[in-house]
Amino acid sequence: MAELNDPSEIPTVKVMHPAREMLGMFFQNYNAVFGLILLVVILLFTFVGPYLHTVDPFEMVWAPFTRPGEEGYLFGTDYLGRDILSAMMAGGQISMAIGLAAAVISLVIGVTVGAFAGYYGGWIEEALMRFTEFFQVLPTLLFSMVIVALFGASLLTVTFAIGVVSWTAVARVTRSEFLRIREMEYVAAARSGSATDRYLIFRVILPNALPPIIVQANLMVGSAILFEAALSFLGLSDPNVMSWGQIIGSNREYILDAGYAVAIPGIAIFLTVLAISLIGDGLNDALNPKLRQR
Amino acid sequence: MTHPLLSIEDIIVDFETRAGKARVLDDVSLEVNSGEILGIVGESGCGKSMTALSIMGLVPDPPGKVTSGSIKLDGRELVGLDHESLRQIRGKDIGMIFQEPMTSLNPVFTVGEQIAESIRLHEKASTKAAMARAVEMLRSVEIPEPEMRAKAYPHQLSGGMRQRVMIAIALACRPRVLIADEPTTALDATVQAQIFDLLQDLQSEMGTAIILITHDMGAIAELADTVAVMYAGCVVEKGKVETVLSAPEHPYTKGLITCVPHLLPDPPKVRESLQEISGVVPALTDLGKGCAFAPRCSEKIDRCEAAKPELRTSIDAHLTACWVAEKETGV
Repeated sequence: MAELNDPSEIPTVKVMHPAREMLGMFFQNYNAVFGLILLVVILLFTFVGPYLHTVDPFEMVWAPFTRPGEEGYLFGTDYLGRDILSAMMAGGQISMAIGLAAAVISLVIGVTVGAFAGYYGGWIEEALMRFTEFFQVLPTLLFSMVIVALFGASLLTVTFAIGVVSWTAVARVTRSEFLRIREMEYVAAARSGSATDRYLIFRVILPNALPPIIVQANLMVGSAILFEAALSFLGLSDPNVMSWGQIIGSNREYILDAGYAVAIPGIAIFLTVLAISLIGDGLNDALNPKLRQR
Repeated sequence: MTHPLLSIEDIIVDFETRAGKARVLDDVSLEVNSGEILGIVGESGCGKSMTALSIMGLVPDPPGKVTSGSIKLDGRELVGLDHESLRQIRGKDIGMIFQEPMTSLNPVFTVGEQIAESIRLHEKASTKAAMARAVEMLRSVEIPEPEMRAKAYPHQLSGGMRQRVMIAIALACRPRVLIADEPTTALDATVQAQIFDLLQDLQSEMGTAIILITHDMGAIAELADTVAVMYAGCVVEKGKVETVLSAPEHPYTKGLITCVPHLLPDPPKVRESLQEISGVVPALTDLGKGCAFAPRCSEKIDRCEAAKPELRTSIDAHLTACWVAEKETGV
């Protein structure tokens, strides 16, 4: 036995953290890298841009409907003569903040519901999944419109409304992962080592269930941005807060005269959601062990 | 007389299935003392693992249920204990090693973290102190370069290494009873021997009582002090290893012993074929009133199908549940 266990005979393993292995996979995917670069550019534009271009997005700076490029206004002015470039920067911040916050809300609700349903099973699962299905069959846009109409069109309610209508997918993914993982031997082993339910849920099962949840969460940021745009377009957002959807919504009556005022934020939304989707795709490939080439 | 460290008395476990009620453990009684190794042998599905789970209080409920009986650890009743008390006993007083070292470790944490966590579940120890203990545990299960291996993820270790880690986790809190459920089934023969050596060393060092569940008669012969042979949820024969293996009384035990292939120094010209026990373990939902082994038994007599034999002592605390053996020994 001693000679078999001689340390010199056992090749030293190079210990590599799985996260680093995963990042390596991610960066081999050109689409994902493109998405990441695109997102970084958009983030720089919206968060660093305002320091370079200090024009109040709500201030009337020039004649209305100045075409893009004319009179030194890169994106032109809107129907009130406001600088669209400033509006795009300020609006991007809000759009992304709403997207992120709504995704976090739906992640928290979805993971909690899914985890408890998948872990406990029985009537708890039955009740939680019926509850999930109830939210799933509600027409999401209508439901969020009702919430916004009831509680007023503030930033908070819009974010909350988007989060509340979009958590069902996360709950279902989480539940199915929990159902699969709770039957694993290492869960039984942890249980035999006196783990509490809370420990099993959050320290044993959840970390193993994360990959599909991360992908889902990432895609949700994109869909939340779209959702916010849809609500703003319908006039259901805080008029005092600039967002991309808000720019589209406020200019939609002049779409024939000033199409650019609608097209520019539209393209920005499209590019952002595209970037996020590409990143999500890359994450999915990197996190899915079946696709990993060994 | 002092009571045994762990005693199981007349435990009955039932499972509700679609096909009806299945009695997966029927009146099982076992005991093990400190520093002893109890071997439980039998085919798949005869209740070995279920015995282990009922000791741990982990019988899946539903569909399973401990219908009656008692399990005492050092005189303390475990059956009917609330979840929290049972949880505290698991890992601390009774540890368990699983069959599949490949899948019994959490893939997203390093093995050091996993050992440290199991220590911290029972004792108030700082993360750092627990990690130091984890490295010590890895050293005690003879893993080379324990400081390095503690930072490795399960998939970076071999099967034997992983089983050593499992043993380290199970022993981290120095349990008084260690249940090893087929600890070497998934491993190579050479690694099996290493693991058995290790278990024996640790046992003599720590004085742990070990319940070794296996279908390998060779392992039993080498390691165990006492042995219990299980068939269809019942203990059919139990006693000291020497007596049971040298003079088996139950036809099933005899069958199990003859099933083991022998390694002879010079193979005979005419090879005798390996003995097998024909048939399979019967479905637990339709056991007749007779002996469960009767349909497969070569020594069957009329009485076997009429009534179920009970465990009876023959000599020297050697118990057998068989009508034929009873007739022969004349007890």
